[in-house]
Amino acid sequence: MADANNGRIEIEGVTKRFLTPSGDVFTAIKDVSFTVEPGQFCAVVGPTGCGKSTTLGMVSGLDKPSEGTVKVGGKVVDGITDGVSFMFQADALLPWKTVLANVALGPIFKGASKAEAQARARDWLRRVGLAGFEDRYPHQLSGGMRKRVAMAAALINEPKILMMDEPFGALDVQTKAIMSNELLGLWEQSRPAVLFITHDLDEAVALADKVVVMTSSPGTVKAVYDIDLPRPRGSVQEIRFEPRFLELQHQIWDTLREEVERAYARTAGGPTEEGKAA
Amino acid sequence: MATLTRRASTDTATPGTGRTGVRRALSSPFATLGVLIVTVVWTVPSLGLLITSLRPQQDVAQTGWWDFFAHPHVTLANYHDVLFNGGFGVSDGLMPYLVNSIAITVPATVFPIVLASMAAYVLAWIPFKGSDTIFFVFFALQVVPLQMALVPLLQLFSGGAHIGGATIFPALGMGGTYAPVWIAHTMFAMPLAVFLLHNFIAQLPRDLIEAARVDGASHFRVFRSVVLPLATPALASFAIFQFLWVWNDLLVGLTFTGGAPESAPMPSRLAQLSGSFGDHWEILTAGAFVSVVIPLAVFFSLQRYFVRGLLAGSVKG
Ligand SMILES: Nc1ncnc2c1ncn2[C@@H]1O[C@H](COP(=O)(O)OP(=O)(O)O)[C@@H](O)[C@H]1O
Ligand SMILES: [Mg+2]
Repeated sequence: MADANNGRIEIEGVTKRFLTPSGDVFTAIKDVSFTVEPGQFCAVVGPTGCGKSTTLGMVSGLDKPSEGTVKVGGKVVDGITDGVSFMFQADALLPWKTVLANVALGPIFKGASKAEAQARARDWLRRVGLAGFEDRYPHQLSGGMRKRVAMAAALINEPKILMMDEPFGALDVQTKAIMSNELLGLWEQSRPAVLFITHDLDEAVALADKVVVMTSSPGTVKAVYDIDLPRPRGSVQEIRFEPRFLELQHQIWDTLREEVERAYARTAGGPTEEGKAA
Repeated sequence: MATLTRRASTDTATPGTGRTGVRRALSSPFATLGVLIVTVVWTVPSLGLLITSLRPQQDVAQTGWWDFFAHPHVTLANYHDVLFNGGFGVSDGLMPYLVNSIAITVPATVFPIVLASMAAYVLAWIPFKGSDTIFFVFFALQVVPLQMALVPLLQLFSGGAHIGGATIFPALGMGGTYAPVWIAHTMFAMPLAVFLLHNFIAQLPRDLIEAARVDGASHFRVFRSVVLPLATPALASFAIFQFLWVWNDLLVGLTFTGGAPESAPMPSRLAQLSGSFGDHWEILTAGAFVSVVIPLAVFFSLQRYFVRGLLAGSVKG
């Protein structure tokens, strides 16, 4: 619920180590610190396998840091964090439930009655432009429409933090631009803090207030940039041609390129033992 | 026989692997011919069984079942005899044993599925210290032969366990009830059930489960609303094999009920019948057919669940 309890995310000196099947210790991220203010849109960019998803998992409470602390709203995360919603690259929709029932699931998990949950789900489907599709099943929708359903499902619980793990990664360029605009529109209305993972730098600069650049594995924070493009930003397709956008984009790319090249050299050098960097 | 049925379920519970290759191989003309031959070889004796069970006693005694096509006399008297009269001079028919068989098989199928799917979810999706060890122990227990555990288990149920004068486990006094058979079948099924369902449930999409967790669903809620529906094909496959195994089981049923009419399952009675009426084919075939019909009905009513995988078409793009 979006109450007075604010959604400030403080990540302080977080290190995460995994035990690989062969028994070695693998450091996924090392000494990561950054802060996301309530209502701020923060994008995290970095090469594949640098630990972006791992970081999200620890903010949501699905996983625990090996060292350091993650605080949300001033409280150390322990167990599933309250007031968080997730959006993944693959939309987490249940194939045997209708669109309406899928969106209503969030409130039902939170304890709302079925009638109330469905009324709210109907309202949210209308807001994402899917009125009239309530009784369809996910496999009867296009990729973009399924994204809209996933967005409604993520926002219906009015989260104070919205976590998005490459949500538009699998979409074609046009659909991605449309969905980005939709997301900005919906975000302006309720203003949750957003932690948005992407490997598309343009997308990060166009959407975010703040861009965190991570190094290749083991992931650390390389640099943090404030994006001072005015809001509302309007269409993400057009903002790409503004001089200030290009300036920021070049500046961040100079930092990021080195990391991407290093990560690329590593994958091109032969198969690594940890192939699960999805 | 037992090991054969149980092995077979390993393949059915993991859908999607190598299916196209198999499908291509099965559509060649030689394969079609082979399947036809197997079908005929399998069907002819079953047809003979059915026809014999429907012929009057004198016909069966004098001619083979194929003679039926020349002299088609049909009667249901054999079924009436075997179900209610038990044949010649025997008071009880198969009917009470049929009821026992159903009362044993349904719970002995449901219990292990419920317990094993919960265990599988916990072992696959809730990280805790020692979960790998527990899973390994489950896996290893599959090698314990049923025959070895049977008698100690029976002694435990009827006499309890004692060290010196101290009772560690009380005698349960469940003689004459279904409970010992349910418990025994459940225990013997658990290792394989946990193993199979764990492998299936561990491969469900992480996003679906984590999204529900982050939305505030408890583990039980995730299990019920997300995991169980997704695991339906695996549950149905296991249910069929467990049902058939328990339905056809003679050893466990006979050991734990002593063959008494108030709790013994049908195979123990069929074994008695074939001893006393070995030459009355019409009675035996009718009894056999009664015991075949119910598993067939179960198979056909459950098959659509594992043929049409629920995940099909869910995660694309
Ligand atoms: N449960 C796990 N066990 C072992 N290694 C893991 C686990 N989860 C992630 N990793 C490893 O941690 C690294 C970072 O993964 P991830 O956070 O998914 O990267 P990203 O999202 O930035 O692509 C990868 O090299 C991955 O192999
Ligand atoms: Mg990732």
